Amino acid sequence: MSVVDGVAAEVGDAPALSLAGISKHYGSVAALSDMTFEVRKHEVVGLLGENGAGKSTLLKVLVGLVEPDAGVMCRDGEPVRFRGVAAAARAGIGMVHQEQSLVPNLSVAENILLGDEREGIRGGVFRWNRLRKLAQCQLDKIGSNIPVAVRTDRLTFSQRQMVEIAKVLAIEERTDFEPVVLLDEPTSVLEGAEVAVLFDQIDRLRERASVVLVSHRIEEVMAVADRIYVLRNGTVAAERTPAETDADELRHLMIGREDAGNHFHYDKQVPCADTPMLDVVELTKDGSFRDVSVTVHQGEVVGIAGVQGSGREELCRAIFGALGTDGGHLVLDGEVMSAKSPRSAVHLGVGYLPAERRTEGMVGAMSVAENMSMTNIGTVCRGPLLDRAKEREVVNMWIERLRIRTPSGDVPMRQLSGGNQQKVVLARWLMSGELKLLILDHPTRGLDVGAKSEVYSLVRELATSGVSIIVLADGLDETIALSHRVIVMRDGEITATVDTPRDDKPSADQIMEHML
Amino acid sequence: MITGPRSAVTSAGNGSSSRRPRILGRRAGERALARPTSTSFGERAATWGPLAALVAMCVAFSIFADRFASVDNFQAILDSSAVLAVITVGLTFVLLLGAIDLSVEGVMATCGLGFSLLVLNNRNGWDLGLVAVIPIVVLGAGFGFTSGTLSSRLKVPSFMTTVGMSAIGVGIATLLFGGLQPNILDPALGRWTSGRWFGFTPLTFVAAGCVVIGALIQRHTRLGRYAMAIGSAEDIVALSGVNVSRYKGYAFALAGAFYGLGAVMMTTQLQAGVVEAPNGLNFTAITAAVVGGTLLSGGQGGVLQSAVGVLIVKVLENGLVLLDVSPYLQRAVQGVVVVAAVAAATWPLRARLRVVK
Repeated sequence: MSVVDGVAAEVGDAPALSLAGISKHYGSVAALSDMTFEVRKHEVVGLLGENGAGKSTLLKVLVGLVEPDAGVMCRDGEPVRFRGVAAAARAGIGMVHQEQSLVPNLSVAENILLGDEREGIRGGVFRWNRLRKLAQCQLDKIGSNIPVAVRTDRLTFSQRQMVEIAKVLAIEERTDFEPVVLLDEPTSVLEGAEVAVLFDQIDRLRERASVVLVSHRIEEVMAVADRIYVLRNGTVAAERTPAETDADELRHLMIGREDAGNHFHYDKQVPCADTPMLDVVELTKDGSFRDVSVTVHQGEVVGIAGVQGSGREELCRAIFGALGTDGGHLVLDGEVMSAKSPRSAVHLGVGYLPAERRTEGMVGAMSVAENMSMTNIGTVCRGPLLDRAKEREVVNMWIERLRIRTPSGDVPMRQLSGGNQQKVVLARWLMSGELKLLILDHPTRGLDVGAKSEVYSLVRELATSGVSIIVLADGLDETIALSHRVIVMRDGEITATVDTPRDDKPSADQIMEHML
Repeated sequence: MITGPRSAVTSAGNGSSSRRPRILGRRAGERALARPTSTSFGERAATWGPLAALVAMCVAFSIFADRFASVDNFQAILDSSAVLAVITVGLTFVLLLGAIDLSVEGVMATCGLGFSLLVLNNRNGWDLGLVAVIPIVVLGAGFGFTSGTLSSRLKVPSFMTTVGMSAIGVGIATLLFGGLQPNILDPALGRWTSGRWFGFTPLTFVAAGCVVIGALIQRHTRLGRYAMAIGSAEDIVALSGVNVSRYKGYAFALAGAFYGLGAVMMTTQLQAGVVEAPNGLNFTAITAAVVGGTLLSGGQGGVLQSAVGVLIVKVLENGLVLLDVSPYLQRAVQGVVVVAAVAAATWPLRARLRVVK
C-alpha cells in the first residue's frame, strides 16, 4: 500500500491517461495516426468527429480491445499496455458501450457484478442478499434507485445505461487507480429528459472519476465537457475548451475543408425529369420514423442526411420491403407497392446496395459471375438450366462497362478489392434492365479515394440514364455532392429538404443545423 | 486530495454540479424509445403455455380415453417418466448454453454397460452394489466435460463433438458387451424398480429429486446462472472477464452426470446392460425440453419447464396408447407436437429473427 502511495505522491499531477504517437493501421488504411491525447484527473473530455474519424478505434485502444501498432499509453504517468478488456479493467478503465452490453436475462445485481461477484457467491452458490447489497452499493455511487433484483430486459434504455455506468464503477474496488469511464455515444438513443439525467450523472462521475464522452451532438458535448478533442482522419484536428469555441467552429473542424468538384464529378450531374418515380406517403414505423412523405423523381439522386437514430436507415429498409411498416404506403412508377417484402420490391424494379457489403451484399466464396447473376438468374438460363456461355457473355459485358478490375468472371468475389466488389454488386442490379429505383446504403464505405470517385461517377451515369437513386452516404460532404436534393431527418421525422443543384451546393453547416 | 483517490470522492459533494448549463428537454415531441417494463403477453405465454397445454391434454384424454383418469394410470405415467426426466434435466443445462447435446445415447450405453459390470452380474466378480453409481456418474460427467471442452476450445460446434462422443460411447459399450449380455443378479437393486413407496417406484422419487436439485443448481449457483447468461449473450459474458470455455465444460459435465445416473436407472429397470437400450431417448429428451419451453436458442426456459415438457411427452404417449393409436403414428404425432411447440414459443420473436437456419 505504501508503495502505491509513494508513486501517487510522485506523479500526483500526471494525467489519468495520456497517449502519445498512437497509430493503428488496418491494411493500408490508417484508422489512427500519430494520435496524441490526454485525460486529466476528474476531467470530462469530449470527443467529436464524423464517422470514420477514428473515434471508435481510439476507444478500443483505450479499453484494450485493439492493440496499437505504435505509440505510448500512460496511466497516471506510468507506461502501460493492455492486452484485453480485463487488463484495462485492472487499470481502472471501463467503457459503456453504444450498443448496450448487459445480459438481458440476468438481474441488475448479477449484471453489475458479472464475473466479479466477491462475497455474493460462496462455494459456487449465490448468496442473493449479499450480492444485492453489493450491487446496491454500486448503484448508490451514482444515486440510482433502480431495483437490483429485476431482470435487465425489463428496464428502460436509460435505466440500463445507468446500470452499465454502475457496472463500470464496480472496477473501482478492484484497482488502485481512480477510474476512467468511457461513454460511447451515450445520448444517441435517449430522449430529452433522459439526456438530462445522464448529464447529471456525468457531473457526479467527475467527482470520483475521469470521463471520456464520445458524441455526434456538438451542443451536448459543449454543455458537459471540460475539454474537447476534434478528430478527423484518424488524428486530432483540434483541441478546444467550450469557453474558447462555439458550435460553428467545431462543425468546421469536424468536416474539414476540401475542394473536390472533380472528385465528385459535378460536371456529370444533370437536372432530373419532373415525372415522379417513387412516392412515399406518410410512411410510419413505430419507434423508428413517423409520417415520412417524400417524392423521388425519375433520374433524381436524393440524399438522406441524419445522425444515428434519425431513422434514415430504417426508412430505406422499409422502402425496400425489408422492414415492416405501421402506416402509410409507397407508390412506385404509378403502382402501389402492396406486398412488402424484398422479393416483391426487386420484382417491381427496386435495387438495394447494402452497407455491410461483405455480409449482406455478396457471397465471398462464389465467383464474380455468380454474384452478378444472382438476382437475375432467369436472364442467363435456358429453360431450367443455367446457360454458362450466356452468363459469361453478359458478365463480361458488365465487367467492361463498369470497368471492373478482375482477371475474369470466374475468380472468387473475395479476391477483388472493395471498390471492385461494390461494382459487381451494382452490376447485379443493373443487369435486370428494369431497374427503376436504386437504394445506396453507404456505397463508398471502406473504399479508398480513387475507388470512391469511380463509384460517384457510376452513380451519376445511372441517374442520367433515368434511374432514381436514394443515397445514404458516409459523410455530409458526400451526401451533398452526390444529390440533387438532400432530405434531413432527425428523430424519425423530416426536418428539412434542401435543393443541391450542381452550381449551388449548400455547405455542410446548412444541413447540419437541421440534423442536431 | 488527489493522493487518496477513492476517499476524496464522497466528501466533494454536489458543489460542482451546478457550474455548467445543462440541456433540458432537447426537443418537444420527442418519443421515448424505451421498452415497456411490464411482462409482455408473449413472455407470459412462453412461461405458462406448456403447463396450460399439459392440463388441457389431461382433460381431453380424460374425456376421450376412459382408462386415462385413474390413480393407477397416473402412477404409471410418472413411473415411466423417471429416466426421461433425469436425462432432460441434464440436457437442459446444455440447451441453456445455446448448445446441443446429441451424445445422450452413447454416454448412456457406456454408463449402462459399465454399471451392469460393476454390480453383481453373470460376467465378472465385481459386486459394488449401490456404490457403483458413483464411478458411473463420474464417468458420465467425464464424457460431458470432454465434449463441452472440445467444442469450446477447438471451436467445433457442439452438434459435431457430441455426435462424435455418442459414437465413441456406443463403441466402448459394444466392446464391454463383448457378445454376452451382462445380467444384473443383485436382488437389492431389483427392489429399486419393483418396490413401491407411496405407490410409486423408488426411481420416481430419485427422478423427482433430480428435478429439484437441477432447478436449484440452475437458479442459485454460478454454473446455472452463467449457463443462462452465456446462452443469452456469450460475448458480453466474455467481455466481463468470465472464462466462458470453462463454464461450458462444466455445464456439459453436469449434463453428462445426469445421463450417467439415467443410465444406472435404466439398467436397473432392465436388469441387464443393453447397448441399444437408450436408443431414441436423445430425440425424446430434446423434444421434452423444447416443448416445455427450453428453446434451442439458449438462455430461455429451465429445469422446471423441461420437467413439464417431460410430462407433456409422456402424457401424450400414454393417451395415444389408450386411444389405440398405432405406435408408428405416435412418432409422427410427437414430431408434429415439437414443431408446433417451437412455432408457438418463438411466435412473439418472429419479427426479430431475420434469418433462421
